[in-house]
Amino acid sequence: MAFSRLKTMRKTTRSNIVTFGIVILFYLVVQLLSAGGLLSNSFEGQLIPICAYVVMAVSLNLTVGFLGELSLGHAGFMSVGAFAGVLVWTVAGKSLPVFAALPLAFLAGGVAAGLFGVIVGVPVLRLSGDYLAIVTLAFGEIIKNIINACYLGYDSTGLHFSLQDQSSMGLDPDGTVLINGAMGITRIQRVSNFTIGILLVLATVAVVLNLIRSRTGRAITAIRDNEIAAQSAGINLTRYKLTAFVVSAVFAGLAGVLYGLNFSSLTASRFDYNTSIQILVFVVLGGMGSVRGSIIAAALLTVLPEMLRGLNDYRMLIYAIVLIAMMIFNQSPQIAAWRKRLVEKVRTGLGKSKKTKEVA
Amino acid sequence: MQFLSYLISGISLGSVYALIALGYTMVYGIAKMLNFAHGDVIMIGSYLIFFTFGSFGWNPVLAILLSMAVCTVLGVVIEAVAYRPLREAPSLAVLITAIGVSYLLQQVAQLMWTSNAKSFPSVVAGLAPIQLFGGQLTISVETVVTILACLVIMAALTLFVNHTTPGHAMLAVSEDRGAAQLMGVNVNATISLTFAIGSALAAVAGALLCSTYPTLSPTTGAMPGIKAFVAAVFGGIGSIPGAFVGGILLGIIENLSKAYISTQLSDAIVFLVLIVVLVVKPTGLLGKKVNVKV
Repeated sequence: MAFSRLKTMRKTTRSNIVTFGIVILFYLVVQLLSAGGLLSNSFEGQLIPICAYVVMAVSLNLTVGFLGELSLGHAGFMSVGAFAGVLVWTVAGKSLPVFAALPLAFLAGGVAAGLFGVIVGVPVLRLSGDYLAIVTLAFGEIIKNIINACYLGYDSTGLHFSLQDQSSMGLDPDGTVLINGAMGITRIQRVSNFTIGILLVLATVAVVLNLIRSRTGRAITAIRDNEIAAQSAGINLTRYKLTAFVVSAVFAGLAGVLYGLNFSSLTASRFDYNTSIQILVFVVLGGMGSVRGSIIAAALLTVLPEMLRGLNDYRMLIYAIVLIAMMIFNQSPQIAAWRKRLVEKVRTGLGKSKKTKEVA
Repeated sequence: MQFLSYLISGISLGSVYALIALGYTMVYGIAKMLNFAHGDVIMIGSYLIFFTFGSFGWNPVLAILLSMAVCTVLGVVIEAVAYRPLREAPSLAVLITAIGVSYLLQQVAQLMWTSNAKSFPSVVAGLAPIQLFGGQLTISVETVVTILACLVIMAALTLFVNHTTPGHAMLAVSEDRGAAQLMGVNVNATISLTFAIGSALAAVAGALLCSTYPTLSPTTGAMPGIKAFVAAVFGGIGSIPGAFVGGILLGIIENLSKAYISTQLSDAIVFLVLIVVLVVKPTGLLGKKVNVKV
């Protein structure tokens, strides 16, 4: 019964079910293995970062794959989200119960990142191509630098803030330091777990998949395919570009909260340009415009360096070589043509042997 | 007087950025790709000078020449192996490959020479600094050599591009690759030549950079690489005078904001200026506006 319904379903719906299925299956398998004590400690430690990176990759795919604009500063939004979320958690977590404080932290992270998405998006989206890429990179670095130089604390007289050093905040001796410059936030009460991570992944995938199948999503992909044609068809470029960019920033912020609440300390240098690049690599290797590809690539490539740990010093070297080789193998027109010829040769070869059999 | 001193060291830093930016801007103009591995070629070149000049005590000129030769070969090999198969591929694919090459060079350096920072000996050590205004203003030899080297290289490169046949071929390929090929320009050779020149300049930039800021580690090239890239975009990517202007301005802004505003925020200020320039003039200071035809 259920199977016959699956057959009559629309192709996109079926594809979406497969995508959700992969995530849920991964969750169930990990839970089973974990209950059986079959998971190594290092792998269990990777579970929440995997979820955070999957959310990052899926959200960046919205900008790079569906909107077609290269962003090199995605980690900046993650950073904003992480700091906003963790701040709210450290303050609200003391007075409110977990089930109230935690959603509040995620809300704060998402809203803060979304606001930054608007602030960054308005000037950035006036540019195009490589210029847009370099400006997003610049914004990512600015966010990192400012948070690194930021001192925030509170005491009985209220909040204190400084961009100089800890003493110039003018904090009472009994005051609490919230952000300590380049040291970031310390002594965070860790609260993230794998279930929250998977729920966030599912929510992100659901929103992104629905968005791209909607009227807004069609407008966004139309802009990617041909900006001038889309504009002449009456699509408001700024509005739809900004929508995609801000939604992408919001989910990066949520991923940041998840990530930040998984460690006992949080520094801005964790979210530098290399992190943005790493996430871009997930998106490109997974296939631009493929949500499922982003999920799989992010999960695999987060685990890969851990799995290569036995090779110690050589693991990043192997990672680099695999990256170059995969790009050339997948993207080079000559190699694509050669692969096609090879497949045809094998196919005709098989066909021939079949024929000779028939004759015999 | 102090202001003048900050300004001069800013120009010196800017000269290094300009030299690195040339490599970015020429490759972008001709191959239409962002060569993210450029900063790491600088690092490799600096290590070579560190060993030949610093450890074996070679003549500094000889050491720099060897480093230039090795970097040239390295640049050409990288282009032939990693970028040429992707000539017709989407630009993002090439970008990711370039990032892969950048990781690769950093990892190779780390395996060969460990990640410990080494202290780099100045290639012009032993010469006395220049005193001006009765000792009120001291300019180090590194600063003078850096600025002079940058000016000489810039002039030579402009002459080369505008007055020689290979230079004209480079201009033609950057204008329209297909048309240049039809006119008999060897596109692959021209792109190789561009990488060769850019990498040789990277070796010089590495020597000057590490003489002024004497620490050397596998990630030494990364941040100056990004800054130089910013300088190239700032001046208008694809334009040789643009790289010069962008680099110098960037160096001055960085040094002055370090001196007068905040050391920690100087990078943020540099990037903010870039954003403002690009929003006001989206093709950079000296970039040409290309209209899109429907």
